[in-house]
Amino acid sequence: MVSSYFKELLDKVNQGPLAYLFIVGHIMAGTFLVYTQPRSNLAFLVLITSFLSLYFFRADARFKLFIGALLALVIIPIIGVRNIFYLEVIFQISVFAALALGLNIVVGFAGLLDLGYVAFYAVGAYLWAFFGSQQFYVLHYAPGTQPSGLPFLLPGDAFYMFLLVGVIIAAMVGILLGMPVLRLKGDYLAIVTLGFGEVIRVLANNLDKPLNITNGPQGITPIQRPTMPEFAVDWFNTVFSPLIGHPVSRADMYNLMFYLFALMVIIVIVFVTRRLDDSKLGRAWTAVREDETAAIAQGIPLVRMKLTAFAVGASFAGVMGVLLAASRTFISPESFSFMQSIGVLSMVILGGSGSIPGVILGAATVTILNLQVLQGFSLYLNDLRQSDAVIPVINFAWKNLSTQLDPAKYQKLLFGLILILMMIFRPGGLIPAKRRKREVAPEDGK
Amino acid sequence: MKRFLRSLNVYELIRPIGQLLKFSVGSAAAMSAIVVLLALVLDRTAVGVHLMDKLHVTVFTYTLSNLPQVVIDGLTIGFVYAAIALGYTMVYGVLQFINFAHSEIFAVGAFVGVELLIFLQSAGVLAGASLFMAYAYLLLAILLGMLAAGGLAVAVERIAYRPLRGASRLVPLISAIGVSFLLQDVIRLVEGLTTGQFNRIMPTFGNFDERVIFGKLSMGASKLVLGISIKSIVVIVVAVLMLVCLNYLVNATRVGKAIRAVAQDMPTASLMGINVNRIISLTFLVGGLLGGAAGVLYALKFTRIDPFVGFFPGLKAFTAAVLGGIGNMTGALLGGIILGMLETFAGSYMGIFTAGAAGSEYKDIFAFSILILVLIFRPQGLMGKNVGQKA
Amino acid sequence: MSKRRNTVFGMMVAAGLTLALIGSAGAADKAIKVATQSPLSGDQSLTGVDIKRGAEMALEQLGGPLTALGFKVTLSPFDDQANPDNGVANAKQIVSDPAILAVVGHYNSGVQIPSSEVYHTSGLVNVSPANTNPKVTTRGYLEVNRIVGRDDVQGVVGADFAAAKGVKTAFVVHDKSAYGQGIAEFFKKKAEENKIKVLGFEGTEEKANFDAILSPVIAGNPDMVYFGGMAFQAAVLFKQAREKGYEGMFLSDDGFDSADAVKIGGKTLVSGGGTFYSTVSGPASVYPGTAKFIEDFQAKYKAAPQPFAAQGYDSMSIVLKAIENAAVAGKNEVPTREAVAKAVRALQAFKGITGTYTFNAIGDPEKALYFIQQVKSADPAAWATNPIVQTLEIAPPK
Repeated sequence: MVSSYFKELLDKVNQGPLAYLFIVGHIMAGTFLVYTQPRSNLAFLVLITSFLSLYFFRADARFKLFIGALLALVIIPIIGVRNIFYLEVIFQISVFAALALGLNIVVGFAGLLDLGYVAFYAVGAYLWAFFGSQQFYVLHYAPGTQPSGLPFLLPGDAFYMFLLVGVIIAAMVGILLGMPVLRLKGDYLAIVTLGFGEVIRVLANNLDKPLNITNGPQGITPIQRPTMPEFAVDWFNTVFSPLIGHPVSRADMYNLMFYLFALMVIIVIVFVTRRLDDSKLGRAWTAVREDETAAIAQGIPLVRMKLTAFAVGASFAGVMGVLLAASRTFISPESFSFMQSIGVLSMVILGGSGSIPGVILGAATVTILNLQVLQGFSLYLNDLRQSDAVIPVINFAWKNLSTQLDPAKYQKLLFGLILILMMIFRPGGLIPAKRRKREVAPEDGK
Repeated sequence: MKRFLRSLNVYELIRPIGQLLKFSVGSAAAMSAIVVLLALVLDRTAVGVHLMDKLHVTVFTYTLSNLPQVVIDGLTIGFVYAAIALGYTMVYGVLQFINFAHSEIFAVGAFVGVELLIFLQSAGVLAGASLFMAYAYLLLAILLGMLAAGGLAVAVERIAYRPLRGASRLVPLISAIGVSFLLQDVIRLVEGLTTGQFNRIMPTFGNFDERVIFGKLSMGASKLVLGISIKSIVVIVVAVLMLVCLNYLVNATRVGKAIRAVAQDMPTASLMGINVNRIISLTFLVGGLLGGAAGVLYALKFTRIDPFVGFFPGLKAFTAAVLGGIGNMTGALLGGIILGMLETFAGSYMGIFTAGAAGSEYKDIFAFSILILVLIFRPQGLMGKNVGQKA
Repeated sequence: MSKRRNTVFGMMVAAGLTLALIGSAGAADKAIKVATQSPLSGDQSLTGVDIKRGAEMALEQLGGPLTALGFKVTLSPFDDQANPDNGVANAKQIVSDPAILAVVGHYNSGVQIPSSEVYHTSGLVNVSPANTNPKVTTRGYLEVNRIVGRDDVQGVVGADFAAAKGVKTAFVVHDKSAYGQGIAEFFKKKAEENKIKVLGFEGTEEKANFDAILSPVIAGNPDMVYFGGMAFQAAVLFKQAREKGYEGMFLSDDGFDSADAVKIGGKTLVSGGGTFYSTVSGPASVYPGTAKFIEDFQAKYKAAPQPFAAQGYDSMSIVLKAIENAAVAGKNEVPTREAVAKAVRALQAFKGITGTYTFNAIGDPEKALYFIQQVKSADPAAWATNPIVQTLEIAPPK
């Protein structure tokens, strides 16, 4: 009853000028809130969800593009520099959105359950980490024993070239990894890809003898970044510092720069994904996903299609890996665990596998849950514990609440719960792909 | 009583023991041969020189003298993997579905058993217990672990898998991953709230830590002692008992026939009057019982458990089940034994064979690589039948 | 059915939004916060949680002087999940909260190094209870300090002790973590310089089944087995080695310093050649504060403290003292982050429960005192009475 009432209301708002007003109003409210309350998580959420309203409401395409560009290129950078935590959250959302889009192609489009997706991410990251740092000169030293003052192998500006190299190498690794295993059925494939993910992580952790390629568990640091011209910092400062309230440092500018890079990569990825979705390749993938036997009967080269999906998905992850290595200037095997693979998978599942906006929403939701909501809730509980407050009705002093009940500690529980609840109640995801809506409905037609 | 004895299908009791013997001896022989051959070859290379310098023995002598102990160790862990693998394979055989949460079922069994023993220890009962009572307490712990794990397995099936029975293949699989993660943190939460501790340590009691010495092998100047600890013997004996019982259940009872029928063709089985839902619950129960017992045995052998103890053994056991041919019980046995042996051989010999370049850090991915190789050339596993593509 | 599903879904969304609402922060006047960052979830949470608990206890016991000056000091614990991405994101959240004047953390050097770049940019001081990677301080930031010894010192201490004990052959095992492998590498280097033959150098992430890695160890029959890593792994390895018939000496690092070691290993740690471990955290005989710490910790959290909990306590004590000094110097106003960072460096001979601390120019403790202790009793309650077998005073490398 309630949901149908909402639907009617939304439909009414969604026509004509009311939609435009809503979008603009949402954005203005969000910006104002974040500007005046720079540390409020709720304000940040209001601003971020304006992207959602931009997506949902019907408006002229050029208007949406203009507003979107304004949001992403002007408002977010200013907000981000005022509170660098928000820029970090948005940067991580972009990185994970790209990863999720890549996994979306493998899981959502082609129906291959890949549980070791983070391996391609690691390949891209270590690629730039090796070539963009001093690691080449450390090859014969045990981890931790290298002298200081070694030269760098490549200049920082080789980063741009390596974005392309990362795509190619990751795609090749995807094909290499995919070739032996894509003949397997879905469940076997899942376990084998899980194995691959672990293999890559163990290799990253252990390739420090006899030749020190990855520097083992200590990771590789420092990694070069592309140079940023001085005039860019000055220009940004002169134009925007009155709005921001304080001068912008080089470090902040670097953060902004990488955010813009991530944005550009996402735009390219979305574009490529969209074109693929609507192409012969995309339809072939749908056929393979729905019924392999029928697809073969139609003359679709099964293994080639699956390999292409793998390669395309892997290349997205590879490019993001290169970006990550440069932005952090530090890489270690701890970033590439099984938890990360499952994290990206849960983003795809939560958002809606096969659906581009859904997957981006999933990435944003999981990242915000993980970084802000869970942590914020835990800090709030912690403040309560250190105060003298009491739960009103049952008179239970917050101080006595066991320190074990700390929400930030139970990230796995959250991921698990998301996966289970989504599968039971809404397997299509938050924004289901239009093709998938009928597929994941239960067979008994409830 | 006499009627029960007469109806006992002795063949089905002996057959699995025979199979286990065959697999153990076969895999031990095969791997020993490979390793000895490798040793002979490597002796003539830089590896041989390196070892001679460090330990003053040839690679061949080293390999041969360590072989019996490595085989015993490999078999012990192999049986544990086999016991866990059976849980995976039974569920897959009936539902064509990987129960990712089985690793946490294993962990819960371990925790319940260990908590019981810790409780008994704090009640002062374990310290002065006679040998007979020590074994009785261990048996009690195993039974309790089995029950808890079995109950949890049935509950998980009811809550998280049954609503998804009709959906596409990906959906219950993802739900299973979710359950696995959820249970890991729930175990952690419960342990944290009740005991405040992360690690739980199996108490020492009885004669489990003692060793049975078979003899000494000389290797160069030093002597290697060949023996097996009592707890390893306990692990092997209990595992074999469980495997025999399971085999009997599935192959020689009416209930087992029903399980096999559902595994073969679910719609037809239900047409034949079999209550499919009950059989599925029973399958999960049996798998859970096995996993729980394996958990307590694991805790006995390796002393320390924590909430994440299930992940790696579960993953390896699943690899073993796939290696042997998932859905096939004999395959799970074979896969478990082979995987255990592979892992132990790799861990013990890789460091020496590569002159230190690659050590036991790689033993896990060694096993994985073998799995991938087997699946490339024989996708249905070592003992699996080539099942046609499911639509 | 579908309607019910939609309503449940709607409720989930509402619950999520409520959580988000709660997650908003705010600060009051004269409120000071100290943040901690350590892994509170995942398989490293065992030590991470206890670092937080140590800091929590220090705040409780030693926050008095600051409260007397009129400040309200609270703890803000963050979970970095042993993951650099989370560490950096939390770091940015920490620096954007003006009430936070210091950070105690991290446990993983791999998380500390990128996070401290963020701290450095904002001038927020970071006292580390557990990061031993030399790179943590070789960058020379004013804000980064640590109270533990570096890998390139503790490994050397172990090797020198081995040489003093007349060890001729050793087998080195480590846990493939930055901490364990770091120390093990330096042990190996110094051992080879001390003319000790290193028969093998293997890492293992295995936590339970050491049968495979023990075969080459037993076969080599070294005089000593060195393990770089934490007690819950080391004790299992040592126990299984004894059970397989190895009778030589065991040596480990300060990750071994926890009563859990004898809980796991029992009598096997006392038999044969004995078990030794190097530690900066002094035993009760030299630092009576340690025994009291263990007692209080046990009473409050119903469990024995893990390694580095005491260092968490001391890091927080140092931070509190520095804040107090800076506040007093600034006429009892809330001090700036820069003032606190300078005050930490200015501390002279601060007496903590794990040692006396003065920081040198790059943030390492000057002249760390190292103890080699021996496990004397299989009773976990008697852990604090392990005798000191050797004491070494070593300055960190420049």
